[in-house]
Amino acid sequence: MAATLDQIFILLRNWLTGFLPGALRPVANVLLSVVAIVCVFPGLFALTTVFERKGLARIQNRLGPNRVGPFGFFQPIADGIKSLTKEDIVPSSANAAVHFLAPLVLVVTVFMGFAVLPMGRNMALVDMDAGLLFFFAMGASTELSVFMAGWSSRNKYSLMGAMRAVAQMISYEVVLLLSSVAVVMISGSLSLEKIVDAQSHFSGIFPNWYIFTPWGFAGFVMFAIAATAETNRSPFDLPEGESELVAGYHTEYSGFKFALFFLGEYLAMFSISGLGTTLFLGGWSAPFSFLTWVPSWIWFFGKVMTSIFVFIWMRGTLPRLRQDQLMNFAWKFVLPFTLLDLMDTALWRFMGEGWQRWVLCSAILAGAFAMMGRLGMRKKHFGPRSYRYAE
Amino acid sequence: MLGEGILKGMMETAKNFAGSYVSAERLTTVEYPEERIAPVEAARVFPFLVYDGGDWEAGLRCVACQICEKECPPKCIYIDKSKDKKPDHVGKAQFYPTRFDIDISVCMSCQICVEVCPFEAIKMDTEFELATDDRFGGLLLDREQLAKSNEYYHSIHPTEATAVDVRLAEEKAKAETKAKAAADAAAAKIATAAIAAAAVKAAPPAGGGD
Repeated sequence: MAATLDQIFILLRNWLTGFLPGALRPVANVLLSVVAIVCVFPGLFALTTVFERKGLARIQNRLGPNRVGPFGFFQPIADGIKSLTKEDIVPSSANAAVHFLAPLVLVVTVFMGFAVLPMGRNMALVDMDAGLLFFFAMGASTELSVFMAGWSSRNKYSLMGAMRAVAQMISYEVVLLLSSVAVVMISGSLSLEKIVDAQSHFSGIFPNWYIFTPWGFAGFVMFAIAATAETNRSPFDLPEGESELVAGYHTEYSGFKFALFFLGEYLAMFSISGLGTTLFLGGWSAPFSFLTWVPSWIWFFGKVMTSIFVFIWMRGTLPRLRQDQLMNFAWKFVLPFTLLDLMDTALWRFMGEGWQRWVLCSAILAGAFAMMGRLGMRKKHFGPRSYRYAE
Repeated sequence: MLGEGILKGMMETAKNFAGSYVSAERLTTVEYPEERIAPVEAARVFPFLVYDGGDWEAGLRCVACQICEKECPPKCIYIDKSKDKKPDHVGKAQFYPTRFDIDISVCMSCQICVEVCPFEAIKMDTEFELATDDRFGGLLLDREQLAKSNEYYHSIHPTEATAVDVRLAEEKAKAETKAKAAADAAAAKIATAAIAAAAVKAAPPAGGGD
């Protein structure tokens, strides 16, 4: 029974495609999986927008949307209808073709990333040997679409938003990659399926997730920071800083194209949370050995939604960074620390089993964190400003 | 330690998040169309005209002196004075407004008309749901729309209305005593005149018969 529930979607798909002639089955299988992904994640997106608005409202001691449907849960339907019926304006001086393509490129590339994520046991659309590489290739394409949007709009705010976005995403892309390399070094595979398999066994009742090792914990923190910046979420939401850039790169978008950008942003959040879950939180594996009877896809989506909740929580807490703070943080703290984490991982790999490696690796990372926090991120005390020409 | 402040902030927001489900006093939102809170006594929106008694037209305190019309900074009051007079609450014959319009699209709720009115005839209302689909006619309130009873005035500004009533009663009493004194004086005058006349009649002046 537990095994059936665990594989219910695969069985359902196979039963459906069983009616087709044998030659068509592989194609139909893939198509059905694609349809499932394309339906499930936008649905999740709709739910998340309500939860986000209600959660942020509660953080600010407000009620949040509660007018449409029970407890306001039909709000995304109203939002969808609104954005569909809105006028779609293309600025007369915009490059119409690129302006039209940008949201499409964003959504398509973000969806492509889901192809390699294992959302449950045997539930990856393609088990690619270089899955992680594919994921990052697709993730990097979102920068292209953001810049396409900013450039083709022919609007200074859009362009500035896009430039900020590209600068920020490239800086944090490096961190994102390097922190995942640590996982690859230990698991010895770029395949996301194999990475999950490497974590899905237990010592006692506790899982062997990579987050429960010193290098894994540090890597996860760095990964989370980079993922937040990569998805342009608060506190790294400079590309769309409302207070200074109207809406950043999607200033000139309205109607459904804007909704696509919004969808793309949330889908990117889901996919990066899915990747973080896969790399550090054991993917679809259960948190305790006595909970393995719960279907694997529940664990995967539970972990993803928990990460989304943390994203929302951070958005409700932290104010937006300044551009120079963002860059300083990326290049002076996160990147060196990630490099150190890589070396720490190598040390962990070659020190062999035993308590010594726990102590040594933890000590190196904790010491480095304290030192770099003190020295690198120290407040700089500038003297009083003098204005040469104003006096 | 780096990141300490972030954790502290996260705890704070978590406290607010959870607290808003537990304690009702955190959620200060009043869901307006369904729930409403009574306006505070000092609230003011637009002016209205007070009348005494049951008939608004007869009981209007306004005597069309036009002070408010002249003092109104945005000039949103329009008054036409009557040709005839009718008795006011003291019983004195007064003019009355044949037209008293306030354009609430112009009115800025400054309350100067209330301050300058010597007859306690114009007061500030607390009614704020005045939206209309006719932006000219619907926002130009006439005499009948502006006239509201003294009881209504008591219901929205109880303290102020009571003070006004006391003042008006004093004024009325003063006017009455004055009227009475005047009547007495007149009566006394008439009496003395009568006495004098009688005296004259009783004792014809000497040499008057020449």
